[in-house]
Amino acid sequence: MLEAREVTVRAGTCPIIDRVSLRLDQGELVGLLGPNGAGKSTLLRALAGVGTATAEGEVLLDGHRLDRIDPWDKARRLAYLPQDRTIAWALHVREVVALGRYPHRRALAPPSTADKAAVETAMVQTGIAAIATRPAHVLSGGEKARVLLARALAVEAPLLLADEPVAGLDPRHQLAVMELLRARARAGAGVLAVLQELPLAARFLDRVILMHRGQIVADGPPVDVLVPDRIGAVFGVRPLAGVHGGEAWLLPWKIDEKRAESPLA
Amino acid sequence: MIRTPRLIGAILAALAALAFLASLTLGPVAVHPAALFVPGTELHGDAAMLIMREIRLPRALLALLIGAALGASGAALQGFLRNPLAEPGVIGVSAFAALGAVIALYTGLSSAVPLALPVLATGAALLAAGLLYVLAGRASTLTLILAGVALSSLAGALTALALNLSPNPFAAQEIVFWLMGSLTDRSLLHVALATPFILAGLVLLLLAARALDVLTLGEEAATSLGVDLARLRWQVVLGTALSAGAATAVAGVIGFVGLVVPHLLRPVLGHRPAVLVPMSALGGGLLLLLADIAVRLVTPGAELKLGVVTALVGAPFFLWLVLRSRGGAG
Repeated sequence: MLEAREVTVRAGTCPIIDRVSLRLDQGELVGLLGPNGAGKSTLLRALAGVGTATAEGEVLLDGHRLDRIDPWDKARRLAYLPQDRTIAWALHVREVVALGRYPHRRALAPPSTADKAAVETAMVQTGIAAIATRPAHVLSGGEKARVLLARALAVEAPLLLADEPVAGLDPRHQLAVMELLRARARAGAGVLAVLQELPLAARFLDRVILMHRGQIVADGPPVDVLVPDRIGAVFGVRPLAGVHGGEAWLLPWKIDEKRAESPLA
Repeated sequence: MIRTPRLIGAILAALAALAFLASLTLGPVAVHPAALFVPGTELHGDAAMLIMREIRLPRALLALLIGAALGASGAALQGFLRNPLAEPGVIGVSAFAALGAVIALYTGLSSAVPLALPVLATGAALLAAGLLYVLAGRASTLTLILAGVALSSLAGALTALALNLSPNPFAAQEIVFWLMGSLTDRSLLHVALATPFILAGLVLLLLAARALDVLTLGEEAATSLGVDLARLRWQVVLGTALSAGAATAVAGVIGFVGLVVPHLLRPVLGHRPAVLVPMSALGGGLLLLLADIAVRLVTPGAELKLGVVTALVGAPFFLWLVLRSRGGAG
């Protein structure tokens, strides 16, 4: 269980996120949504305990302050997929995925059976087993995204924080990744993913945390949070919505001209 | 790509061992390898032993150690900075070591006490590491590089000043020749002085190697996987300061080995820093042994300086590297 209490992160004196509190339980797939610049990635970094920005407030992992937990122990319990998809060296896909096992391996120890199994499973689940021996830095953006997601999954941590895991993926792989994240949650993991895709959020998430200007403006099931008025107020778009086969669907349709602020502001 | 680090490591180690033996036996005076193990087997056995102990052995040991220091620190710095053009010189430690040596030469200390030069140079390298810590201890990687560039420039300027003010042409020539980098006329005392620092530095670099793999994914991902970035940075900087600093302190400036060796190994070993750091130590030792044998054999009369030869071969390679990576990008 991951909990943020009154977390504030500033850039200079200007708060990027302002007194944000939330909790992520195991077994749920939660989405962090909001327009560009709302503070989603900053919040995710604070929750993951990475980055140089000093945060006020506290983040608790299973009741213990995140910054006081041994980094290796933390790494095994909390996996984080950053938005940055740079892979500096021409590592093979399998070598990249295997980096997720770093916190499980002692120095000089060869990979264990569990290490190898976790790497292969993550590659199969993300559909990259066929490209396992290709150099990762020449892959397409979508393939690279799946390789890095596999890296985060290979940690096999009970909690996963993923920053835009479906950005740049083709529709089929977007659906596949959302199903995969949901399956991880059903298997007992707590997953918090930053998403820009309202249709996927409405369909797959157990809970939506909506951010606007550094604060959480709504937190609840998609049907309660992703209502047209609130989407209009936060994103400045008018959506189409409906129900298909018992599942809610949602589609951003047009820019809301009534909003005083420019959509580009 | 071939990924058999153990096999290639064994091959590199075997080649380095052969080059080490060759370095002991090849030179103006041919010494049979047997003279190494069985004293008095030859007509001039005692002379052979003398040449071996006083000239060839220190030279071969230093080539191996210094090559290993430069290769490993080059690979570690490239991995840490995630930049294929990084080399031990970028953090300013080598320039400081050279400055320390120049001060010893300039003041005449080195002629009074022969070991003053390497001692002063090693001290200067450690001073540079200390200055880096003060300047960039808690700051970002970029600050570290900028501080390194500034320290390099400062040391370069002070070295130039010493040349500028040198009392006579002979003193200036001595400094210039020393700066060129060489392994001639080093004794086992030099080996004894440099070895602890180089080995300590190598241990630090080898311990850092596995975390450098994770850094391939960027600093945030590495932190989330349990890598302590501040600690890793100091392992790499101190490891480089100790190993490459001590190397420069006894041999002068030997360029391009740290830059080139990891690049030579990547096509056969892949790009993982965890593999490249130990393998570049072996490869660097091998390369410097070969280069040192070459300078001895090619021009026995007026021996070329080792640093001149490595730069002469290294600079065109560097250029090729830049052109190739530009071609690849565009």
